[in-house]
Amino acid sequence: MIGFFTENSADILLKTWEHFYISFSALLLGVVIAVPLGILLSKTKKIAKIVLTVTSVLQTVPSLALLAIMIPFLGVGKVPAIVALCIYSLLPILNNTFIGMQSVNQNIKAAGTAMGMTPMQSMRMVELPLAMPIIMSGIRLSAVYVISWATLASYIGAGGLGDFIFNGLNLYKTELIVGGALLVTALALLVDFLLSRFERFMIPKGLRMQGGRTS
Amino acid sequence: MLHIENLRKVYRGGKVAVDNLTLDIKKGEFIAFIGTSGSGKTTALRMLNRMVEPTSGTISINGKEITKMNPVTLRRSIGYVIQQIGLMPHMTIRENITLVPRLLQWSKEKRDETAKYLISLVNLPETYLDYYPSQLSGGQQQRIGVIRALAAEQDIILMDEPFGALDPITRDTLQDLIKELQKTLDKTIIFVTHDMDEAIKLADRIAIMHDGKLVQFDTPDNILADPANDFVKEFIGSHRLIQQKPNVKTVDEVMIKPVSITVERSLDEAIRLMVKSRVDTLFVTDGQNRLLGFLTVESLTGNARTKKSVSEVYNRDVIFMKTGSKLQDTVRRILNLNLNNIPVVDDQQHLIGLITRANIVDIVYDSIWGEEEQELMDA
Repeated sequence: MIGFFTENSADILLKTWEHFYISFSALLLGVVIAVPLGILLSKTKKIAKIVLTVTSVLQTVPSLALLAIMIPFLGVGKVPAIVALCIYSLLPILNNTFIGMQSVNQNIKAAGTAMGMTPMQSMRMVELPLAMPIIMSGIRLSAVYVISWATLASYIGAGGLGDFIFNGLNLYKTELIVGGALLVTALALLVDFLLSRFERFMIPKGLRMQGGRTS
Repeated sequence: MLHIENLRKVYRGGKVAVDNLTLDIKKGEFIAFIGTSGSGKTTALRMLNRMVEPTSGTISINGKEITKMNPVTLRRSIGYVIQQIGLMPHMTIRENITLVPRLLQWSKEKRDETAKYLISLVNLPETYLDYYPSQLSGGQQQRIGVIRALAAEQDIILMDEPFGALDPITRDTLQDLIKELQKTLDKTIIFVTHDMDEAIKLADRIAIMHDGKLVQFDTPDNILADPANDFVKEFIGSHRLIQQKPNVKTVDEVMIKPVSITVERSLDEAIRLMVKSRVDTLFVTDGQNRLLGFLTVESLTGNARTKKSVSEVYNRDVIFMKTGSKLQDTVRRILNLNLNNIPVVDDQQHLIGLITRANIVDIVYDSIWGEEEQELMDA
């Protein structure tokens, strides 16, 4: 096992970087799409139901199949992998953004409006900060999912730590499989930890004091 | 200054919430809208800052019709105190207080100054400005809620059952506070409540609403003396109608001289004073005879050995009445809060008298035998 780490040290760094790069791009893309979409949806409840159903359905497509479907459209490599993983990251972020925005205390929103906030100000100064704990937990959840699923991206030639695992499977080398899996887990834990620090920065201090409740 | 004419609100589904409401409110008046739930009082209030749009009718402030104004500008010019406090949990007290000034883009210096000035008005320390709402008690939070509505020098303040969620003691102190603020700052306050005691205590004029209609709009005294119909009579409650009748006395006529001790004295002296005057409570004052708190005999028994001076053990949560208060209000407060006695102070907080439960006996005696006695003396 130690042999795996010493023999492949250069490779490990490269693959870990690839893995991180794919996952992070997918997640970032997911956040950029899902957070604004979730905010919009929270304003139009009828459409929200439809969109959330569609994303739930997308979530149930087997990940390997989704990656394979990408090939005819985007070929092989990192781009199709990022697109496919981004689709996976959408649901938890979208769902949590929607729920977070919905759960903002009506009284507090009304207080903001009554004091003369425009809808944009209410969004920026009241609703988003109060929904932030729930939105952030959606992003963290997605991050862990995306990192573990990014292992499969190796299957369509995107590289990443999945390469070790697939090689191990082909060559019957257990240490490659276990070593790759360990690295993926470690990366997921590390990213989750970093995001938890980021979360502390994003969530207003007054909310942390009352245990992150939004009411 | 505020003119409401034929105001009507019909909700979808045809429910008439407010029906042909016409009112004139003068500058500096304290108006209470009162009624049972569903009487339309909150809807009426919310139409004043266009949180609810009227179906028909007009509202004008200083001759300007509010439907022609931009709702955002309008709301920034009217203070609003909400039922469930409604402080922003993610903002500090300072940010909460100066929210409207911030929306109006005042400079930071001016906002800071305003926050400091306002928090001093409600007797809270400046250090609280950097706290978050969750660190304050409910009563303290609502004090902030009240001054937040004053921050941009609004002339009109709307209050939607602001003290409904508070305990009786806190509610009582806040009512006193708001009445005093209203007088000193000369604000027009429109207040929604379902508590008749609160309305009688605070309002210059009370608007009684029932099923969306205005039933009576008059001063508390006139309403108590002459209820418009059976609904109003029932709503006021018979006990208040009786209470109002006996000759109105103020606390100054009946208060006795309180036994007080200055704060720097020792506990030995306090006990000796209690024994000598045969009382179980001493009022603690500073050198200028200003009321600071009280000291009961119970608080002495446990601590006498370890603590030396009055300042270490006395209770600072003292409830008091201002000079000139009505005796009925004072007695009601003694009964409601289950106090044994209540000190009376003048405008500078100097201790000048004491009302005890014995005064209740006097009132009962007066109302039953008072007239007979008068006759005897005449004969």
